[in-house]
Amino acid sequence: MEISVMSGKGGTGKTTVSINLALSAGEKIRFLDCDVEEPDAKIFLLPRMERIEYSTVSIPVIDEKLCTYCGKCAEFCIFNALAVIKKKILFFERLCRSCSGCWLICPERAITEGKRENGIIRYGEVGEISFMEGELKAGEETGYSIVRDMRKIPYKKDLITIIDCPPGLSPTLLEAIDKTDFSIVVTEPSETAFHDMRLSLELLERLKIPCGVIINKSSGRESFIEDYCSKKKIDILLTIPFDMEIACLYSKGIPFSIEIPLWKNKFRDIFKKIVKSGKSL
Amino acid sequence: MEEKDTDIEKEEDMSKINELIVISGKGGTGKTTIVSAFASLAKNKIMADCDVDAADLHLIMNPEIRHRENFIGGTRAVLNQDKCIKCGKCIELCRFDAIKDDFCIEEPYCEGCSVCSYFCPVKAITMEDSISGEIFISDTRFGPFVHAKLGIAQENSGKLVTEVRKKAKKLAEENKFNLIIIDGSPGTGCPVIASLAGATSVLIVTEPTLSGIHDMKRVVELSKNFSINPSVCINKYDINIELSKKIEDYCMKNSVDFYGRLPYDENTTKAMVARKTIIEYSSGEFSNSIKGIWIKLEEKLEI
Ligand code: SF4
Ligand code: SF4
Ligand code: SF4
Ligand code: SF4
Repeated sequence: MEISVMSGKGGTGKTTVSINLALSAGEKIRFLDCDVEEPDAKIFLLPRMERIEYSTVSIPVIDEKLCTYCGKCAEFCIFNALAVIKKKILFFERLCRSCSGCWLICPERAITEGKRENGIIRYGEVGEISFMEGELKAGEETGYSIVRDMRKIPYKKDLITIIDCPPGLSPTLLEAIDKTDFSIVVTEPSETAFHDMRLSLELLERLKIPCGVIINKSSGRESFIEDYCSKKKIDILLTIPFDMEIACLYSKGIPFSIEIPLWKNKFRDIFKKIVKSGKSL
Repeated sequence: MEEKDTDIEKEEDMSKINELIVISGKGGTGKTTIVSAFASLAKNKIMADCDVDAADLHLIMNPEIRHRENFIGGTRAVLNQDKCIKCGKCIELCRFDAIKDDFCIEEPYCEGCSVCSYFCPVKAITMEDSISGEIFISDTRFGPFVHAKLGIAQENSGKLVTEVRKKAKKLAEENKFNLIIIDGSPGTGCPVIASLAGATSVLIVTEPTLSGIHDMKRVVELSKNFSINPSVCINKYDINIELSKKIEDYCMKNSVDFYGRLPYDENTTKAMVARKTIIEYSSGEFSNSIKGIWIKLEEKLEI
């Protein structure tokens, strides 16, 4: 079973929820930090990093000895990553989305599929958690390929996976939530977070992914979120108050469920509930 | 609005339209607070929102939509089930896993690369325009407002920004206004570049944090590439006086106009929650400082 944790807007506490959930589960967990632009779950989980792998994307490699400069590849590439100017062919790697079109259609077979490094995947262990994170190289436009690679790594099927998703509703997020069995949307009582939560829920509905909401930094004034969720028949799994003790632990990088047993129990309960709902599907 | 197709009398009207873009590089610097304050202060202007990922300005402006149209951002594959012989070629070739085992295309995943339609042996897949968002023209208590909404999992594109600006320009011409104030896109990527191309003036909002300074420098350089001499203002300058000083020094050395400091003020959040501009909400130090910045901008823009 795979559980994705998403938020729409950044900074709502998506990572906090993911790690507390993983630490409270009471069983062996796979943890995937898919926030590839800023993977920071490791700051809280402190895994022992065991190995790294480079993540790559496909790019065209052009053999100019074979190329007749017919321009068909450039015409095909809707991402404008190729240009043929007189007797010259130009490739803009940042624009390439690795669709494979150009090497499939080149009439001279002048293009072959090559690889370019765009990030790293790190593997680690901590307690019951088998940890994995992806990190995009600086200056790269999009990290969906790294997330896809991470999701494709084989694992024992009875393990439960928790996926800390990237913020926003980008193609990278789509890769992170694709075919997950349950998604938790973390929100907070602000207009923008509420707006983003609604968009996230709309997306999940469209992809038919069962979901629930966690309200973070609650001030007791979030009836608008509750009303919306009850109208849409979406469970509010948990409400985490805006609390000095929690905020202090956070600033020190300590997951609060470790320090406060009450919260460990709460996270364990929702974890069990989600797993149970997943099994009954 | 009662204006009709009153043709523009003189071509030169167009050249008189000033476009002021407010950008910040990174998010969270309070750019929207400042843009909305300008909405309160400026007269005879069109407001435009190119920060389509964030809803903040929208909430303050409280727009009453008067005109909406679809925005075509690209193409998407459409599979005709009746023609399809279920050979599986498209599923095998699609690098985005957009075609599922039941030969249905999961639209949000399709990147529109057209590989599937090129190789389908029976031409069962066609590429069609995809609506990636909507553009709105609205009435607000601050005058006309052009804004946009992206569809789910669509990335903000330079194209959408260009479209919003075009609409704003047309509106300005129709209303005979000579000023457009634009809430620019975040980051330093394609959407920002699209909002800078053709701008008359750029105000960069920064904050005294390391990442704030880093991003400010990048957008200053970006503006200079477009031969625009940007102005800079610091929001929350008092959270780190030392770094604020560094920002001012940087501006001095690089002959960038420094237009002022804004204090950390909880009223800005409260105003946001109340869906008001800071000018409407409070008459404190923040409001006064921002008025000062606006006066300098008026001079620079010669309006
Ligand atoms: S399609 Fe092949 S032959 Fe034609 S320009 Fe491209 S690489 Fe060269
Ligand atoms: S792989 Fe696709 S996106 Fe990349 S250059 Fe070739 S046609 Fe363009
Ligand atoms: S390639 Fe064409 S015929 Fe084959 S499965 Fe895809 S749509 Fe159907
Ligand atoms: S157009 Fe490209 S991304 Fe879309 S379904 Fe076809 S092959 Fe996949």
